[in-house]
Amino acid sequence: MIQFTTWDILRNLLYATRWTILLSLVSFIGGGLLGMVLLYLRTGRRRAARIFVKYYVELFQGTPLLMQLFLAFFGLGLFGIDVPAWLAAGTALILWSAAFLTEIWRGCVESVVKGQWEASASLGMGYAQQMRHVILPQALRVAVPPTVGFSVQVVKGTALTSIIGFVELSKAGTAITNATFEPFTVYGFVALIYFALCWPLSKSSQMLERKLNVAHRNH
Amino acid sequence: MSLIEITEVRKSFGSNEVLKGITLNVEPGEVIAIIGKSGSGKSTLLRCINGLEVIDDGAISVAGAQFLPDELHLKALRLKVGMIFQQFNLFPHLTAGGNVMLSQKVVRKTPKAEAEAMARKMLERVGLAHKFDAYPDELSGGQQQRVAIARALAMQPIALLCDEITSALDPELVAEVLAVVRELAAEGMTLLMVTHEMKFARDVCSRVVFMHEGRVHEIGSPEQFFSNPRTPELKQFLGML
Repeated sequence: MIQFTTWDILRNLLYATRWTILLSLVSFIGGGLLGMVLLYLRTGRRRAARIFVKYYVELFQGTPLLMQLFLAFFGLGLFGIDVPAWLAAGTALILWSAAFLTEIWRGCVESVVKGQWEASASLGMGYAQQMRHVILPQALRVAVPPTVGFSVQVVKGTALTSIIGFVELSKAGTAITNATFEPFTVYGFVALIYFALCWPLSKSSQMLERKLNVAHRNH
Repeated sequence: MSLIEITEVRKSFGSNEVLKGITLNVEPGEVIAIIGKSGSGKSTLLRCINGLEVIDDGAISVAGAQFLPDELHLKALRLKVGMIFQQFNLFPHLTAGGNVMLSQKVVRKTPKAEAEAMARKMLERVGLAHKFDAYPDELSGGQQQRVAIARALAMQPIALLCDEITSALDPELVAEVLAVVRELAAEGMTLLMVTHEMKFARDVCSRVVFMHEGRVHEIGSPEQFFSNPRTPELKQFLGML
């Protein structure tokens, strides 16, 4: 039987961590961009668009991420489209992140008092101008801490993609366990690596919250 | 032709009819105070003139342009009529100068230098030239309201709507805001103000409107209006009964 040193295990896990980080970034950035578009529709004037986004968000918040991954992976396969694991994982996570970010940001936009809309409207600004120059700058300050906080959920969410065969940190952990028969050591490392990724994010979310002093700067 | 023509305007919120057919013409340079109990529809009337509320029936025209509730007409209307609010509604993320410059830059596409010169001039006009770089939360209520006035003036409106602009202020700060309004009136600005400042209305306004239950109940020159009210409702409102 081949012997694996601890370094072998750790080194291979760290290699796989690249994919976790990459997938997290793609999901978060892609989800953020899509979320921006959805936010505009959700808070805009077109009723049909508002309702569409509302149900979109409810659908993605109301079903497990795992089901969404399965549907993206196997569902498209039913139509004869061969979906590679990375594409299914990326798509599902982008759609999922977008739903949550839209909802987080909608709350932030709505936390800006009505008078700000009225004052900017009375100065002749249109909807896009109001959003760009008056509402979003204020909503952004409120939005930063929960948005950074949500990025932790995205990192942890990538672990589920191991089920459809995307080789990231968790999947690599399983593979290495199957070879080394040392589940405790391997998954211990896996957990530590996830923690090393997530802890700085949640810590910075807390720091930003204090720094932006969200509770006390809205008059 | 009057500057602002309000003809048979009706507005309901659900089953509650707030404006029950208001007709009022405002001539250029007039200063009109609208008084009345809360719920009599005074603020709603102002908000309708600025298009913040859409009227159900009747017509409003400003300087000959008919009010229509689409974005293009609304924008044209709002460039003619400025509005000042009870709660100031300054943009908290911008300095006083930034507040005054924003809509010039964004709506009128005025170059920055020109917008800044205008902002300094308007802040000077309300006595706050030295507060150009101050953020709203560094200013007193009275100063914030004066910045709001400067912000509206920078768009060079032909009329200003003032919606209880001193009601959120501490008593000692009311005077500084009214002094600015008084000056505007003296310069010939057309003003339509909902107010509770009876003394101010008496001193400065050309006409006073008493609204009662969604209608213009009594209207007249301040002398006649305050010293010789005709209707019992107005007498009661003025505390003369």
